[in-house]
Amino acid sequence: MAGFLDAVLLQAGYNAALVTIGATLLGIAAGTSGTFLFLRKRALVSDAMAHATLPGIALAFLVMVGFGGDGRNLAGLLLGAGASALIGLYLVDWIVRHTRLAEDAAIGAVLSVFFGFGVVLLTVIQSLDRGRQAGLEDFLLGATAGMLMQDAVLIAVGGALVVALIVILRRPMTLVAFDPGHAAALGLPVGRIDLAMMGLVLAITVIGLTLVGLILIIALLIIPPVTARFWTDRVARMLLIAGCVGGAAGYLGAALSATAPDLPTGPIIVLIAAGLFTLSLFFAPRRGVLAAVLARRRFQARVHWRQGLLSLARAEPIHDPLTLRILRAAGAIRPDGVATDKGRALAAKSLRDERRWDIARAIHQDTALTGRYDGLTPIEEVFTADQIADFDARIGAPQPVGAA
Amino acid sequence: MGAEFVQFSLTPMLIGVLAAIACALPGNFLILRRQALIGDAISHVVLPGIVVAFLVTGTVATMPMLIGAGGAALVAVVLIEAIRRLGRIEPGAAMGVVFTALFAGGVLLLEQSDTSRVHLDVDHALMGNLETLIWLRASGWASVIDPVALAHLPPELPRIAIVAALMAALTVIFWRPLKLATFDEGFARAIGLPVSAIGLALVIAAAVAAVAAFDAVGSIIVIAMFICPPATARLMTDRLATQVWLSLAVAAVSAILGYVLAGYGPIWLGFDSSVSAAGMIATISGVMLAIACLWGRARGRVTPVA
Amino acid sequence: MPERLRLAADDGAMLSDHADVARAALSVRGMTVSYGEKPALFSVDATFPVGAMSAIIGPNGAGKSTFLKAALGLVPMVSGEVQFFGQSLAQARARIAYVPQRASVDWDFPTTVIDVVLMGRYRSLGLLRRIGRAEMALAQEALARVGMEGFANRQIGQLSGGQQQRVFLARALAQQADLYLLDEPFAGVDAATERAIIAVLKDLNAAGKSVIAVHHDLSTVVDYFDHVFMVNVRAMAQGPVASAFTTTALSQTYGGRLGAGQLDQLHPAGS
Repeated sequence: MAGFLDAVLLQAGYNAALVTIGATLLGIAAGTSGTFLFLRKRALVSDAMAHATLPGIALAFLVMVGFGGDGRNLAGLLLGAGASALIGLYLVDWIVRHTRLAEDAAIGAVLSVFFGFGVVLLTVIQSLDRGRQAGLEDFLLGATAGMLMQDAVLIAVGGALVVALIVILRRPMTLVAFDPGHAAALGLPVGRIDLAMMGLVLAITVIGLTLVGLILIIALLIIPPVTARFWTDRVARMLLIAGCVGGAAGYLGAALSATAPDLPTGPIIVLIAAGLFTLSLFFAPRRGVLAAVLARRRFQARVHWRQGLLSLARAEPIHDPLTLRILRAAGAIRPDGVATDKGRALAAKSLRDERRWDIARAIHQDTALTGRYDGLTPIEEVFTADQIADFDARIGAPQPVGAA
Repeated sequence: MGAEFVQFSLTPMLIGVLAAIACALPGNFLILRRQALIGDAISHVVLPGIVVAFLVTGTVATMPMLIGAGGAALVAVVLIEAIRRLGRIEPGAAMGVVFTALFAGGVLLLEQSDTSRVHLDVDHALMGNLETLIWLRASGWASVIDPVALAHLPPELPRIAIVAALMAALTVIFWRPLKLATFDEGFARAIGLPVSAIGLALVIAAAVAAVAAFDAVGSIIVIAMFICPPATARLMTDRLATQVWLSLAVAAVSAILGYVLAGYGPIWLGFDSSVSAAGMIATISGVMLAIACLWGRARGRVTPVA
Repeated sequence: MPERLRLAADDGAMLSDHADVARAALSVRGMTVSYGEKPALFSVDATFPVGAMSAIIGPNGAGKSTFLKAALGLVPMVSGEVQFFGQSLAQARARIAYVPQRASVDWDFPTTVIDVVLMGRYRSLGLLRRIGRAEMALAQEALARVGMEGFANRQIGQLSGGQQQRVFLARALAQQADLYLLDEPFAGVDAATERAIIAVLKDLNAAGKSVIAVHHDLSTVVDYFDHVFMVNVRAMAQGPVASAFTTTALSQTYGGRLGAGQLDQLHPAGS
């Protein structure tokens, strides 16, 4: 616990602190740019990009070895990763534009073929430098444990740069993500902004490789926006929440993983994000599962209540068990199904409201008002008391109902 | 093509072909239903499945691993469906959340469990070990009808053969419901087809194929074979039956060509060792898809002709 | 008495009258459907007589298609009962043919025109029974009835919108049903197709079949249909076109969306 506190307070060593800062910045950047991807319904494009980095890493290694280097220069490897991810991204777009294949097939094809080819290259490297460990497998799952200081600096600086870019580009990107057609009408270069967005995702993917690995970086781009979606309907707020979720997961995950050798950074970060997602899925107000179930039941009860009252008013027999139960619970009918005085009064009111609506729709041709005649909206919400009094005058005196 | 071929190449090739076919069959429908990435998701959750199976049973025996992988695939499918429906999240994003979270859980458990033997199995799960599925007892083509030698076939071969046959049988039996529910869900429901059940059954069948295939050939081939052969065939024909047959041909050719190139390609080029057969098979399937993308007879979207 | 109820009573089919349910091709009571918190349909009662050509009309977003889909069990109801020919949906399924909206499917799907028409026979064919000569002849005849006999082996994506709609109708014909439910059959089709489709529907009707179509062109209601159901979230009016398709009912259903001039051009009953 003391170790965790040290790590959270960035007191667990210089490298660990740098990694934690980098992971936090990366999480924020991934959360926000992932939101743009999510809103453009392209979440899984990141899957293709991440897997497509592998052959680039391997080729960069081979090239660096070919030029006499040791092949393990992180910047060089990441450059290769970025290049091949870019090619993968281009191929996904090309396939979708020029063939009848849908985006999911294009993503799946690119990710599996690039990854397969990357594995072929990895076996080539293994056979070339027998005895030495190239360590390229670390990019599959990420590894921060034995990280050099220059690598930690690279993560921290890279994370800071990406966040800065997002802050600069957030307005145009928000407009494009929210409504590309509207953005184009405003004169924004939608194509170039999309490109910038994919560039950011690419940068995040490449930086994230070192930290969480190419399989789990996808999680940082997808989980925070999906989590944020539960809490708001507004783009700006969603970006903020997704950034916070990503940042919190990166910060806590990196700090936690610094405390023990068997807590790998990538999985811990992803699992923290997944935990936040699960909480949101169930407990978010309005969009959460719990809220939705309750709202659904309330709505169903309102429908049956209204239908039951109208049936009572028209003296129609009620068969629906749920309607009967709701009427009974509210004291509108007796256990044997006969309407109580209270029930008759409520039924008379609802029938009267129906007649008021009939008059209202005959007088008012305004669809904004009469369009709310959906059976549930109380007429008092739509028309003023004076208007309703006017309707009543046209209907005539109240008549007793339920006696038929 | 002598005794050595039968001993060292026949069984891996057969296993590769059968695995490719078992995955390509459901893949045809997954592609048409825009669910191609289910294969990707299932392949990723195989890892947590085998880790949990190991932690529960304490062994690395095949059966517990297969059951664990199958169980994880089912859990993933159910979770994706639940998140999609309950949370009203688009399927791609729901998939992304589920498979990455389960995969992360798998890696964490793996690190915690501290076992080098399972660790080996991570590479195995990813890349398979097609090259090692040889038939040492065989002494030539005569062994194909020799019961003693047949008894020593690598167990992966009968397993994947049964699953491939199962996929073929399911495809034939449920051809009409699958086709109708994929093409016109509303009409299918209106005539009383259990459309949701058909969709779930397809994904479960895909999971079975994926788990059986990953055991023999690794998950790279699984993802590639779910998508590349059907996608290639999709670009070559406008008939569903033809598409399925073509996808099987593409799958088989990828498996054979990929295996041969992985084994002999480097030697022809003057290197002394082979490269990953799984990776090469996926690569070849990608090359075939690329060819279809550029020159396939039906590569474009269809437009009305008067 | 409110006009809505009086209209129903004029039809002789008072909504609460159970005796009529068995005579109705489709009868719906208390149907409420919602997507989210706002009802798409609220407590809708409707009866469609056997042997009638019925139109479901109402403004955009009034729940016309939702009504058909809910009746067929394609979207869940919050409440309500549905009967076809006095039976449950499951019992009556073989007697119902459905023509979905054209835009609801992927026309790039790898299949041919005759294949789509044969899908209308899947229910009777089951899983494995081979498509025999009789089935094939039935499908060919259905295609011929919609004037598409020359297109049997055409890839469906190559068809024009009108041709696609005719293929969907041919598939419904191949179902050999007693009740035909059509969702916007005339949406986005050419005039020739519209004439061909209405001719087929009138033939069906002459042979005693019931037809219920979601329809959006008010100017053709009088020519095409003999029964009308007007809906705008609530059931607004229903009955024979001759008596129920009135300017009052239309202005109630459409609110301010129809100008007085437009209403006059429709020649509805009583104007």
